[in-house]
Amino acid sequence: MKLISEKKPAFPWFGMDIGGTLVKLVYFEPVDITAEEEQEEVENLKSIRRYLTSNVAYGKTGVRDVHLELRNLTMFGRTGNLHFIRFPTQAMPRFIQMGRDKNFSSLHTTLCATGGGAYKFENDFRTMADLELLKLDELDCLIRGLLYVDRVGFNGHPECYYFQNPSDTQSCVKKPCTLDNPFPMLLVNIGSGVSILTVYSENNYKRVTGTSLGGGTFLGLCCLLTGCETFEEALEMASKGDSTNVDKLVKDIYGGDYERFGLQGSAVASSFGHMMSKEKRDSISKEDLARATLVTITNNIGSIARMCAVNEKIERVVFVGNFLRINTVSTKLLAYAMDFWSKGQLRALFLEHEGYFGAVGALMELLKTTEDP
Amino acid sequence: MAECGRVDSHTSGHTMDKSITLPPDEIFRNLENAKRFAIDIGGSLTKLAYYSTVQHKVAKVRSFDHTTKEAASDKLYEISVQEEVTARLHFIKFENAYIETCLDFIKDHLVNTDTKVIKATGGGAHKFKELIERKLGLKVDKEDEMTCLIKGCNFVLKNIPHEAFVYAKHADSEFRFQTANPDIFPYLLVNIGSGVSIVKVESEDKFERIGGSSIGGGTFWGLGALLTKTKRFDELLQLASKGQHTSVDMLVKDIYGGSYAYLGLTGDLIASSFGKSATADKEFSKEDMAKSLLHMISNDIGQLACLYAKLHNLSRVYFGGFFIRGHPVTMHTITYSINFFTKGEVQALFLRHEGYLGAIGAFLKGAEEDNPNQYSWGENYAGSSGLMSVSPDMNPMQRARSGTFPFDMLEMDRLERQLVNLPLLQDPSSYIPDTVDLTEDALAREYWLYCFEEALDGVVKRAIASQPEMPEAAARAEKFRQKYRHKLQTLRQQPFAYGSLTVRSLLDTREHCLNEFNFPDPYSKIKQRENDVALRYYQKAVRSLEELSWEERQFALVRGVLAGNVFDWGAKAVSDVLESDPEFGFEEAKRQLEVRPWLVDSYDQWLERQKGPPHKCALFFVDNSGVDIILGVMPFVRELLSRGTEVVLASNSGPALNDVTNSELQILTERIAAMDPVIQAGLREDRLTLVQSGSSSPCLDLSRLDKVLAMVVRERQTDLVIIEGMGRAIHTNYYAMLSCESLKMAVIKNSWLADRLGGKLFSVVFKYEVPPDKQPSPDCAALTP
Repeated sequence: MKLISEKKPAFPWFGMDIGGTLVKLVYFEPVDITAEEEQEEVENLKSIRRYLTSNVAYGKTGVRDVHLELRNLTMFGRTGNLHFIRFPTQAMPRFIQMGRDKNFSSLHTTLCATGGGAYKFENDFRTMADLELLKLDELDCLIRGLLYVDRVGFNGHPECYYFQNPSDTQSCVKKPCTLDNPFPMLLVNIGSGVSILTVYSENNYKRVTGTSLGGGTFLGLCCLLTGCETFEEALEMASKGDSTNVDKLVKDIYGGDYERFGLQGSAVASSFGHMMSKEKRDSISKEDLARATLVTITNNIGSIARMCAVNEKIERVVFVGNFLRINTVSTKLLAYAMDFWSKGQLRALFLEHEGYFGAVGALMELLKTTEDP
Repeated sequence: MAECGRVDSHTSGHTMDKSITLPPDEIFRNLENAKRFAIDIGGSLTKLAYYSTVQHKVAKVRSFDHTTKEAASDKLYEISVQEEVTARLHFIKFENAYIETCLDFIKDHLVNTDTKVIKATGGGAHKFKELIERKLGLKVDKEDEMTCLIKGCNFVLKNIPHEAFVYAKHADSEFRFQTANPDIFPYLLVNIGSGVSIVKVESEDKFERIGGSSIGGGTFWGLGALLTKTKRFDELLQLASKGQHTSVDMLVKDIYGGSYAYLGLTGDLIASSFGKSATADKEFSKEDMAKSLLHMISNDIGQLACLYAKLHNLSRVYFGGFFIRGHPVTMHTITYSINFFTKGEVQALFLRHEGYLGAIGAFLKGAEEDNPNQYSWGENYAGSSGLMSVSPDMNPMQRARSGTFPFDMLEMDRLERQLVNLPLLQDPSSYIPDTVDLTEDALAREYWLYCFEEALDGVVKRAIASQPEMPEAAARAEKFRQKYRHKLQTLRQQPFAYGSLTVRSLLDTREHCLNEFNFPDPYSKIKQRENDVALRYYQKAVRSLEELSWEERQFALVRGVLAGNVFDWGAKAVSDVLESDPEFGFEEAKRQLEVRPWLVDSYDQWLERQKGPPHKCALFFVDNSGVDIILGVMPFVRELLSRGTEVVLASNSGPALNDVTNSELQILTERIAAMDPVIQAGLREDRLTLVQSGSSSPCLDLSRLDKVLAMVVRERQTDLVIIEGMGRAIHTNYYAMLSCESLKMAVIKNSWLADRLGGKLFSVVFKYEVPPDKQPSPDCAALTP
């Protein structure tokens, strides 16, 4: 109770985003702990800190994205490192189990959670681990977290980047940039599904639409088509494949460009269109199928995002979400699609911490709620 | 993309059974005179179009020269049957597998044509180019697919009422046909072939592909085939219709445990298509995967279509392409998606003849020198197969017929005149001619189908009797019977086959079938006889009316029109009486009339109005020959003329039942003028004008009237429209709202209908209406029940 009277939230500081596929967890590791504090610190709090910071993998499926760690961050008067951890939502029961085993409830911290899982697992947290979740809206958290990380920067570097010369694969290069004046922006969050928001300020935003063709669709279809099991595996295969063996291009139908409508011969006319033919189905490689799936999903998101940007009259389109993790095929394709179809009017922007903003936003809510008790 | 993928669904069919012989009077009709060809070859279906001329018999009337004594016939005028040549467009749709057989057939039956070129479109056109050129000796001239599609779309939207429909899977009638809006532009056409093209159409010649998507029918087919190992598109759809997408898709409730209430996303909403197949190590059923895929693609297309519709501010969105074509499953999912994304603001529209658009367009491209767009065209119900005719689920009959293969036909007749709206319609875009939509009203449908079937014997008998000098008439009449009965059977199963099923469409279909078998006017002699008899009483009738006081006369005139209208061979209850008792007289008819107050009775308001200033000009849509027109309508017209009101008499251009035709009415009016100075003066001073309606139907569609009629109505500043008879004032136009005063008069000569309207046989409908803005004062207002 002592910490609360000082209007500081009790450690440990967590922010959690429980999505359809992945749980994203941010953990603030204080590095300015005084000797006095250290003495008062209960054993299980220490052990949590040690467990999280000394490992990069947890169990079979938990991963700490070390390269994303934000070092020497000052949050709510404390200095520390922000760690980024993820594990599959499927492992949620085990996670809750662990919370019980570590007697997490004795720490009197508030567990801020967002994402659909905050609702879905609320009861499990309560009954299995005696933990009350502070449920937060995922879009509120997403925007708050995104703006915060962009503000503090990525260990001295900009959080944001774009691609220069997106239309030319040879000279297309990643360039850092800042979101100095971020509003208005079209925010495209690609998780299992996709949400598209127009953001006019931190508190003024609107979800304009969404699509069910998202990261979950890519992985789901890849698993069915190729027998792969993980996102990494699917991306690995996709990186080696050639989608034009699967997709029917304009030139496959018209022999070249379809000039009447200004369509280039290389444009995809029908995704998976070649697969209507049995001979082609029989000779196709898994890599080609994975690539085609990736390209189809990515182009579709690009197309919907572009239409929304035009309808909402917004020129800046920011893509986030874990679908973009280690996925340069998609980021470059999105950058290209925005640039090409808008004739240079639209710019696609990306952020280094792709899928973690919801969790960061949830952590900030923790700090905010304890600010005014 | 349009339907561009050549696909492997029917490759095996190329070696088709040679024993199939094509019945020439069923498929490829009128090939002898065919002169212009177009072909649209898609992924699995071929659509062939040609222009031909049809010779058919028409009944003509000609006045005898009464100045010479030699024509001292007791007949009023002469009836002759003449050959007339009219233009007809034929469209036939069949599976690509039969293309060679069809080309052979065409080659064998094509005579003396100077055709050198065949217009071709569709993705399969280049594949069959060589075959077509070799078989037919015609040069294949390729036309742009999208241009053809749009041209075809404009054509059907303009010329076929009830072309567009909304699909509602769970409604009483799945197909809700839209009333034809005279302004078809602008609209959005979303063509879902192997890919998707979204085209904005602004005018006849101006259209633009504003967007598209590579996720289309080819994606469903290709990806579906990979996932389910099912080869055929139709089979994939069947799988999909049996599956459960919830086992494959990640729903909002799978993530949230319930709904995402904050954003108003319900729990059943798909959050991630195929989202569950990434996490579970289990097998998924083919059905479930196909269903999930169908949802994914339909939703995606619907979403893009909505985004484009919103961006371009368009509310009419038509869907077509092989993904949609006749597939209730995809029409349903697309409809659902559009509803979801626009919150009901935009309706997904589909087209009855969507499959023919490319062929129609290619044909029109080749026929530009004939200016087909200058004419109005009408669907020939006798020759057209109707919606879903080749869908095996919907019509098992078609497949079962031996010796042929499934094909679908559309025939369009070039109409002699251009048809336009009556300028006096209050709101042309919401005008619906028909009072009861039998597609939606199952009880009424049951009754009328039965009624028309019952009446068939009589119609056949009369058709034979109308051509006593032709011994083969009986055989032809029998063919007519079979054809019309088959149509009735089809309509029983597929009431939506030709758009909304109505009493009017049943009547029109019967007329089309009669024409098809060269019974152009089975009532010509009956009409002639009745006109003759009635004329003899004209002067007497007028005299007795003149003896009455003004107020008595007004009532007598109305009763005269109503009593005259009892004489109607179109209504079974009456034709029975007429046939058994030809002496059934005018006076008898008056006695049969219901006494006031009538079922619908605004006579008092009408009388009040008559006491006021005369109308500038009355447009009178007349009904039957004989007593009706001569003893009922003409004295009424005479009174209007005497009051100083100009009169435009609108009668049918072509025969239908015993309705008086324009050419008959010309003769009758001349004869009456010779006896009656009022009528004579009216004609001489051009205050009485005869115009044709442009129709050959016992009913009346005020949105398809002769352009000349519309012009006359406008020029004369018509301020009163009178519609007479059951077909024109009850089956149609009962609820029609006009921008001027209107009077609808009819006697209900059908006990079922009388019952429905709360009356009894020979109940009277006298409906006088004044539009709100034309009402002089509240106490003069017409009170309509």
